[in-house]
Amino acid sequence: MTSRNTSKEMVGVIGSGSFGTVIANLLAQQTKVILYTRSQNIYDELVSKQSIRSMAMHENVQPTLNFETIASNCEIIFPVVPSANFRNMIRDLAPNLHPYHILIHATKGFDTSIDYNHSESKLDRSDVHTMSEVIQQESVVVKTGCLAGPNLAKELAINQPAATVIASRFEEVIHHGQRLLRSDRFQVYGSSDITGIELCGILKNIIAIAAGILHGLGFGENAKALLISRGLVEMIYLGSKLGGNIKAFIGLAGVGDLVATCSSTLSRNFTVGQLLAEGQSLSEIMNDLDETAEGVRTIKVAYQLTKSLGIRSPITEILYKILYQDLKVNEALNLLMKFPMQEDIDFL
Amino acid sequence: MLRKKRTYDPILPASGDWPIVQLSRNKKQFIKEVIAASVENIKSLTGGGKQLMDELESTRYREKTRIRRDPWKVDPKDDLKYWDGIKSQLVDISNSENNQEKEAEVVLKSIVSRYAYEILSNFKRSHYKMARAIATFGFARLLNASRIPGIRSLWSKELTLQDKIHITGDVQGIRNLAQKGTVIMVPTHFSNLDSILVGWVIHILGLPAFIYGAGLNLFNMKLFAYFMNSLGAYKVDRRKKNRVYLETLRTYSRLAIVKGCHSIFFPGGTRSRSGKLESKLKLGLLNSTVEAQRSAYMTSDDPTTAQKVFIVPVVLNYHFVLEAPALIDQYLKQKGQERYYVDNDQYSTSYKVFKFLLKFFFKGSDISVSIGRGMDVLGNYVDQDGNSIGKDGEIIQTWEYFMHQGKIQVNKQRENEYTNMLSNVIVEEYHRVNQVFASHLVAFVAFEMIKNKYQDNDLYNILRLSEEDATLAYVDFKQKTGALLDVILNMHQEGRIDIAEHLQNELDSVIKIGLNNVGMYHAQRPLVKTKEGNISTQNLNLLYYYHNRLMGYDFEKYI
Repeated sequence: MTSRNTSKEMVGVIGSGSFGTVIANLLAQQTKVILYTRSQNIYDELVSKQSIRSMAMHENVQPTLNFETIASNCEIIFPVVPSANFRNMIRDLAPNLHPYHILIHATKGFDTSIDYNHSESKLDRSDVHTMSEVIQQESVVVKTGCLAGPNLAKELAINQPAATVIASRFEEVIHHGQRLLRSDRFQVYGSSDITGIELCGILKNIIAIAAGILHGLGFGENAKALLISRGLVEMIYLGSKLGGNIKAFIGLAGVGDLVATCSSTLSRNFTVGQLLAEGQSLSEIMNDLDETAEGVRTIKVAYQLTKSLGIRSPITEILYKILYQDLKVNEALNLLMKFPMQEDIDFL
Repeated sequence: MLRKKRTYDPILPASGDWPIVQLSRNKKQFIKEVIAASVENIKSLTGGGKQLMDELESTRYREKTRIRRDPWKVDPKDDLKYWDGIKSQLVDISNSENNQEKEAEVVLKSIVSRYAYEILSNFKRSHYKMARAIATFGFARLLNASRIPGIRSLWSKELTLQDKIHITGDVQGIRNLAQKGTVIMVPTHFSNLDSILVGWVIHILGLPAFIYGAGLNLFNMKLFAYFMNSLGAYKVDRRKKNRVYLETLRTYSRLAIVKGCHSIFFPGGTRSRSGKLESKLKLGLLNSTVEAQRSAYMTSDDPTTAQKVFIVPVVLNYHFVLEAPALIDQYLKQKGQERYYVDNDQYSTSYKVFKFLLKFFFKGSDISVSIGRGMDVLGNYVDQDGNSIGKDGEIIQTWEYFMHQGKIQVNKQRENEYTNMLSNVIVEEYHRVNQVFASHLVAFVAFEMIKNKYQDNDLYNILRLSEEDATLAYVDFKQKTGALLDVILNMHQEGRIDIAEHLQNELDSVIKIGLNNVGMYHAQRPLVKTKEGNISTQNLNLLYYYHNRLMGYDFEKYI
């Protein structure tokens, strides 16, 4: 094992959004980091001021606009780009990748080739992919991992204590992730259920939007607790059908991340919900948001999946109607409260 | 109908060049290496010291139990004496103060050697040639005798095995790969006939002899033992599940691969009890191919010249599996959670096997052998030069999978995961090259229709239906068969499944071929046409068995 600090090892990060830059800074505490950005402005800012969007970057972080540079210098790469761009990014990166590369992503959305704007289209599991599946489909890389947990970028940026989960079927991937990310303020847990952990990160964004709506309507903690616990059940129903293990959902990346995103106004998905409750339309909100809210896209995919898999998912269904069928938020709440009750927990 | 026959020249004309011959020439050296490597592995697996002593004690205990509960004719006479001796040695060691570790290692080495010599294949070139000649000649004569009337038929050359056994798929591929590296053939396993069939196919394709692990129980039969020893079989004893034995076995097969010995593994482990195409493979022996590949890369100065290992999946297809009634019986009992059932293999004597072969060749029944595309140990397809090819046609350097920071390294967990991935790709390839026979098609459609008709019943209730209740109207049956046939023909166009030639006939003719051939020699036929022209069954278990062959494709939704 290479020792900390002294090694010449370089680690790559792809994506200069808010989470990508935070990951780059975390990694830079241990090792040299090459940060790929496709934005010339960000590249210039980092070169001239060692900052991104005025946030100071660690001196170990160097930018590149070139995939070849990152792949030839870094055996371990963290792709952190929105799910909608992920497949194209991997396709462009793939010619530079080798079987020894390790890719640990932190993208919390689905990939689907189906035209998901078409509301009648029914999705099967085979139409929908997690990011680790995309990596394997598009490149020779097999050692994939994913990073998920209650990791609000703005809190990590100011070095508040937190923890994350690295999931991979390969112990060495977890080992390297821990070695590179762990610090006095940052704990790193491991899991072998990569699909489960990926699904946790993806599905919790649905519930985060609902939490934002409740917050925007001025409701308190009882309502939020109701949402979180029933939301978790919905995540588990769909998540286990898609190949995740229930255990993942009751861990740090599942319930942990869910509580964080449902409680924090820092979360983009939460903000989307809040603005919806305040009466803005989805298109208005999306225009104003400077970064992707993965949940908006995930609701559409998840709704179609629950339909074709025959899963009860009242929260996802109502959210879908609010977002895409102009259901009013107040009406939606009435509908939801009238939903026929079932047993509280029937999956354990 | 006579098919066009193709003959293949041997790729290594002088059998002295065969890797297996060279291995058997240097048998002593090879066995030494196996013993040394196994001892090292077991030591590192157990962690040595006290744990090694525990391992040896548990091995001794298990062996003693095996000897008492399940003795076989083929077991060595001194078995009991040997293990009693081990017992007193172990007692001495634990009573002595010094050198415990060293002495435990001596005992370990003794046990490993005993196992290694038992496993060792007794390949002899002259025997191989003779055994092969007898087998090929014998089968061919029997076949002719049955098809062409009169005594002269025994010398007729009109029909040969190749008329009955259709070899399809990437034949040239496997021949190329056998010249570029070590080929591991991984066939599906439905019948005791499989190993003989595969041996014959290897000969027909002009490939040098392969080694394979055969159940030690088969060596109980003298005739079989002779053939199998000659054909390059090494012995696998399924009763011995202790770690020392399993590790010795894995090391044996791994080193043989590294030495370039082409090998056959039946990765499903045993014959498919349900009649389904394998979907879960035994990972132990597959893992040794991954390990072998890594160790070949590690020990070679230049990975581009290291011995490359190629996996070639092969699917065997029959209209008729003689053991089907016993197999499906075992499967159903197991699934039904009946804890105790006797594994009474009906075909466990030379006589019975002979009778089966006689019946089979006397009456004839088509067999197909589909050779899949070769792949590396990660499941990447390889081209004709043996290069691994990525999804976009780029060449992949296989050793890079074993590298970290510029070095090829040992990482067992990683290799276990690679084995899983390989296993999944093999299963996919099975489904892709699987050849649909009309008999599978009609069995599948009929059983699914019966199942739909009695939706509220579980499998066991359905299997108890009376002949009358399980009768289907021919019109409906024909319509559903036609619908599924269309789906299969489409999939075939897309290269997702293979079909027997006869599937391209008119629908009525396909159904007729199917009904005539499905499990044709069973006393109770899985499918029959009633006097009224409807479809019925004499044995639902058998129908279920032949139906299972097309499971795993999601065809249920078309019925």
